[in-house]
Amino acid sequence: MKTKVIFIIGALAILGLFWKPLWRITLDAPQYPDGVNMYIYINKIGGDTPSTLQNINILNHYIGMKYIEPESIPELTYFPYIIAGMAALGLVFGLSGNKKLWFTWVAILAILGALGIYDYYLWLYDYGHNLDPNAAIKIEGMTYQPPLLGSKPLLNFVAHSYPHTGSIFLLASFVLCGLAIFMQKKSSDELPVATKEAPKQKEKELEPALT
Amino acid sequence: MKNSIFKIAAFMVIAVGGGYLLTQCGTSSPDNSGGVMSGSTAEEVFVPPGEHDTYYAFTSGGYSGQVGVYGLPSGRLFRVIPVFSQDAEKGYGYNEETKPMLETSFGFVPWDDSHHPELSQTNGEIDGRFMFINGNNTPRVAKINLSTMETEEIIEIPNAGGNHASAFITENTEYITASTRFSVPVPQADEKIASYADKFNGVWTFISFENEDMEIGFQVLAPPFNWDLAHGGKGKSHGWMFFSSYNAEKANTLLEKNASQLDKDFIAAVNWKLAEEYLAQGKAHDMQVDFRNNEWDESTQMATSHERNTVKVLIPEECPGLVYLLPTPKSPHGVDVDPTGNFIVGGGKLSADMAVHSFDKMLQAIENEDFETTIDGIPVLKYDNILQGIVKQPGLGPLHTEFDGRGNAYTTFFISSEIVKWKVETQEILDRVPTYYSVGHLMIPGGDSRKPEEGGKYMVAMNKITKDRYLPTGPELAHSAQLYDISGDKMRLILDFPTVGEPHYAQGLLASRIKDKQVKTYLLEENKHPHVTDRESRARVERDGNVVRVYMTAIRSHLAPDNIEGIRVGDEVYFHVTNLEQDWDVPHGFAMMGATNAELLIMPGQTETLLWKPTKEGVFPFYCTDFCSALHQEMQGYVRVSPRGSNVPLSWALGDETGGATAP
Repeated sequence: MKTKVIFIIGALAILGLFWKPLWRITLDAPQYPDGVNMYIYINKIGGDTPSTLQNINILNHYIGMKYIEPESIPELTYFPYIIAGMAALGLVFGLSGNKKLWFTWVAILAILGALGIYDYYLWLYDYGHNLDPNAAIKIEGMTYQPPLLGSKPLLNFVAHSYPHTGSIFLLASFVLCGLAIFMQKKSSDELPVATKEAPKQKEKELEPALT
Repeated sequence: MKNSIFKIAAFMVIAVGGGYLLTQCGTSSPDNSGGVMSGSTAEEVFVPPGEHDTYYAFTSGGYSGQVGVYGLPSGRLFRVIPVFSQDAEKGYGYNEETKPMLETSFGFVPWDDSHHPELSQTNGEIDGRFMFINGNNTPRVAKINLSTMETEEIIEIPNAGGNHASAFITENTEYITASTRFSVPVPQADEKIASYADKFNGVWTFISFENEDMEIGFQVLAPPFNWDLAHGGKGKSHGWMFFSSYNAEKANTLLEKNASQLDKDFIAAVNWKLAEEYLAQGKAHDMQVDFRNNEWDESTQMATSHERNTVKVLIPEECPGLVYLLPTPKSPHGVDVDPTGNFIVGGGKLSADMAVHSFDKMLQAIENEDFETTIDGIPVLKYDNILQGIVKQPGLGPLHTEFDGRGNAYTTFFISSEIVKWKVETQEILDRVPTYYSVGHLMIPGGDSRKPEEGGKYMVAMNKITKDRYLPTGPELAHSAQLYDISGDKMRLILDFPTVGEPHYAQGLLASRIKDKQVKTYLLEENKHPHVTDRESRARVERDGNVVRVYMTAIRSHLAPDNIEGIRVGDEVYFHVTNLEQDWDVPHGFAMMGATNAELLIMPGQTETLLWKPTKEGVFPFYCTDFCSALHQEMQGYVRVSPRGSNVPLSWALGDETGGATAP
């Protein structure tokens, strides 16, 4: 029973992605003392202020980068359905208590995660390379793709790209669901000789981590 | 100039003494040369590059009509806030939005003489909301918002001449004072000047501040003395306002002699809480007057000038207990109330001694009816019965006093060019320092409130004469300010810096009170300007008769539209330029060749309007004046001007985008 709860909590944890951004790109330059922060959610692109995206677009237009317009990025429309669907699926699988289904769910999430990162990379590549040939500032051989992970100088800016708070929920999903599978496995292995106290104790130890 | 008499006096002292050092007059010899500062002193005022000062100081601009914003302890100038004078740099008073701010009953008055800034207070403590400042020449009071550092309201003071005892506040900013330095006929009339003593009057004006909006609450008719300065009661004396005066002689000519005859002039104590009761009883006279109240609306980003026609006037004779006169030696200038509210210091500028009145004794004298006489129906209290004590021979020409909140007072002496520190309770002199030269006002941040900032750490002296202090700049020299550390027993000079205009009074506060609430941009979506262009696709040109409105947008790095044709000689062209930026510190400027006013300087999210009346045929450029971006130099455009009656169609363009309309 406890492992089911852990799995379900893990599966529902991905709903946190509706709340917190998955990734952050920070642009640093001397005349931007606070940095310019762009937050990538599963359903939108945000900034420190409502006008951050406009400010980034103004800077980008000198090098001929296309305007970053959330409306023109279809992933931001259908990603929320995928995440919600995964959470629902996780709930159903969780209730079933079927370890194979659990494993399948984690595997799907891993594949989706990998695809998501690859898709993100393609967008970064597109914005960084697909430049207006009539841009005011053209530098031979220069492209402006921000790094997927890490920091990279782009003209006067240094771009930093790292997972942000939302990714903690994704990580929590993997950890909790993985743990549930592991515990389920263990308890079924030990089933013939198991006393009821042993798993209970373990779950107790886990409780603080869950709260 | 209020101090011209003392400048003359100071020069006479120099001439008579045959010496140069007027700082020596009747005082101990100062040991601080002020010219050499040790390395450690330099460190005390050094704010490293990129770091912030701990205080804002706001100095009045005097005859510049503006307010200077400085940092302390560095003395660095950050901004000049345009208030009473047109400022071509910012377009203030030139653009269509701010022109109404400078309207008066006399018409457009594009200059004034600003003397006394005062920060708003709650419970007698600085609250960081607003600052008020007087215009002396064409009597006015302005309100400045401390989160935008812009002038938001100006109210004209009717029935007044020379609004000098202003803009001082009551301890919860219930009222802001205004007053008359140059008494005039009330109501104004074509009178013989020689009838001054009989036909002229002063007024004490109380500007109410309900809902953060200035209105003339009421006026009290005053004897025709020269009402000079004021300060509100605080703590126990809250409910009273004190006004100093000179010219109890009621002279109307050669005042330097004729107004300097009597041993004592007066501080008036006005019980404004009682005035409110008299108002409620209907004792006020409704007087027909003519004045303006100009208000800035942040949502439309425009000022409107409202005409006002009545004012309520109380006459002391009809309102017993409303006003008492406190005899004070001789021609007092400043009137300053200590943080406890009990001690009222009158800087008798022609007196050898300095009187300190007691509020408790004043109330006692009123109760006992210890009156010497009455003047214009106002009881004059007996000097000896209200006097707390005398600061004996502190210096020459005492003017203004501020307090540190530790029981000490600091008084400026114009003629002997020094500041004297003394103990309020005992009037004992504790220390003195020279100033360079001829100090007028001084300022301790919060030093006229109930709670000086940080218990009084810094003091700024503002001086009228500079002479050799800085690199000379021809005949006209900067005025100077000196910063002293007053946290110890001895006052120590730690910095000397030039100022904008002629600072009279100043105010200061801890930067932490307001620095985080500074507005960075105006929200474009909240811009309710009637001629806003909230996106580039709406940029256009419209003609109605000979009035042409250009709905223009500015964003890095272009103006839209940037090619305009179909304008004719004789047109009135309004450029309504909206800055579409929503990023911090990205203003755009706008200048039109041949425009007879000034530039626009438009903050992000703001709309400003420049009126241009083309007088010649040709093609004329316009451009952005504020170096906004890497392609700022490219931010330009042209207007083609055709002859009167030409049929060149109205059209506009930006890049491949074009628009147009058939010329009517």
